[in-house]
Amino acid sequence: MSAAAAIPAACGGFRPRAAEEQAEVVANAAVNAEYRHLVVSCSALAAGAAPGQFYQLLCPAPPGEAPYLRRPMSLYGADPAARRIEFLYKVAGAGTRGLATLRPGETLQMLGPLGQGFRLDPAWKQVVAVGRGAGLATLGPLAEAAQRAGIGVTAILSARRPELVLSDALFRARGATVLTVTDAEGTSGPAHVERLLRGLMAEGRCDAFFTCGSARLLRVQQSLARAFGLPGQVALEQQMACGLGMCFCCVRDFNIDGAIVQKRVCRAGPVFDMMEALP
Amino acid sequence: MTDLSVRIGGLTLANPVMPASGTFAEGLGEVIDLDRLGALVTKTITRELRAGNPLPRVAEVTGGMLNAIGIPSQGVPYLLEETLPLYRRWTPPLVVSISAPTVEGFATLAAEVSVAGVAAIEANISCPNIEEDGRAFAMRAASTEAAVRQMRAATGLPLWVKLTPNTGEIAEVARAAEAAGADALVVANTILAMAIDLQTLRPRLGNVMGGLSGPAVKPIVLRQVYQCARAVRVPIIGCGGIATAADAAEYMLAGASAVQVGTASFINCHAMVEVIEGLARFCEARGIARIAELTGALRQEEADEDDLSWVSPAP
Repeated sequence: MSAAAAIPAACGGFRPRAAEEQAEVVANAAVNAEYRHLVVSCSALAAGAAPGQFYQLLCPAPPGEAPYLRRPMSLYGADPAARRIEFLYKVAGAGTRGLATLRPGETLQMLGPLGQGFRLDPAWKQVVAVGRGAGLATLGPLAEAAQRAGIGVTAILSARRPELVLSDALFRARGATVLTVTDAEGTSGPAHVERLLRGLMAEGRCDAFFTCGSARLLRVQQSLARAFGLPGQVALEQQMACGLGMCFCCVRDFNIDGAIVQKRVCRAGPVFDMMEALP
Repeated sequence: MTDLSVRIGGLTLANPVMPASGTFAEGLGEVIDLDRLGALVTKTITRELRAGNPLPRVAEVTGGMLNAIGIPSQGVPYLLEETLPLYRRWTPPLVVSISAPTVEGFATLAAEVSVAGVAAIEANISCPNIEEDGRAFAMRAASTEAAVRQMRAATGLPLWVKLTPNTGEIAEVARAAEAAGADALVVANTILAMAIDLQTLRPRLGNVMGGLSGPAVKPIVLRQVYQCARAVRVPIIGCGGIATAADAAEYMLAGASAVQVGTASFINCHAMVEVIEGLARFCEARGIARIAELTGALRQEEADEDDLSWVSPAP
């Protein structure tokens, strides 16, 4: 979100901080056996998203189904200059089945950007991003933001099989080191990932953790972060209805200084302090 | 230009459109200009600190959704110290929705929220998600009258009473609320409902039962507004499945003086603004000078051919 968007308009005019609009589909094609890549053309406000923020998409109805609520979808790429944003999604239910029917030129009602994204501390030199499943898409925009901030990234990307890894090319294009771990190769288990992380920490390549998409990999990073006093951020998923903090459907429990506190993922998150998250 | 203002029990609203309690928070102000609304209505608060219901709290169904949020509440101090100052930046009157487990609790809470910055109280005596088996005060005339009478004695603010659609006695309940001193009735809360997941064979809501809202409920609640409007003289605020100006116009013709838009805002943040603009166009197209003239203007005598053109859909 641009800094200007938060400043009230000079002449009392209303200035929204999230855009609700009909975006135009530019591309919507499969990238592997499970995921599709959606690119839409939208307003500058909608395209001005930070990594980790999300959008609410009003998915068109696929044949024989009628999704009613909008679906939250994390940002995969934003280009404010070209006024474009990108999503990576897996066809899993009525909403994403509807999304898959969209063709270039068609419109998609969309609200965003929403929520709190990842924060990069300029003091960090090297960070680690650990993702699996939808987390591979959610972590993607970190690659460019870190490069712009002069922060090096090692991405550990986990999937069932090598051909299902996503975002590896994106991270490499932004100068990141990519380590892929897969179930098929027997490298994705928490013990092996912990060994990889300990190796990176020993080399001074982990000033902070960024993670999304795996509860057991979150636990590994939490225990390492606790043991070595390192910070971390996690992007969490939750079923949502409104996406704006109105309905209180997306609450999760967090550990805040030993007390269990409920927070709305859509407002307080979706990116949270990794140490507060309860996997 | 049509005069869009309406009178709701001592309060004048710039227009008849406001959010339904539970579907609105300040976050909507990041997307639409809240100063355009007729009123703002808070999520229900209780004196007790409540965590809310187990997840999942929402389930999508045909034509709408089920919810069993369970009124998470941070209590009265939070309302006074955090919520009310937050809403000072907007001009529409602020309506505070309250709920309590007992008649006495309703009265105490009504007194506690009767402070500067609160324009009216909406008494949620109809939430299906906080009492066992979906029970609520508004299911019976006697319990409605008891709760409203005590609140009436406890506050000088306009008192709106939100009724439940989960009763066969809605006209009697409406009369009881009016007799006990309600300034307006909100008709209605959600319809008690449930859904089952056929993969897991589990209920689709953590609370098992919840409230149905969205377009699916509109014809039912519209009928209840009609029944209540025939039973009482206090203004009625229609609430149930309103997503468009046409929906709102139907509610006003059935007897509502104002409307609340809830679930529709979840999929279209501009729904309330579109309802306001559409109602204005509807009135202008028919030469109606004051929107208040729509209230109860349902025609029930036999129509001849010329009359039918008047009731064609809104542009």
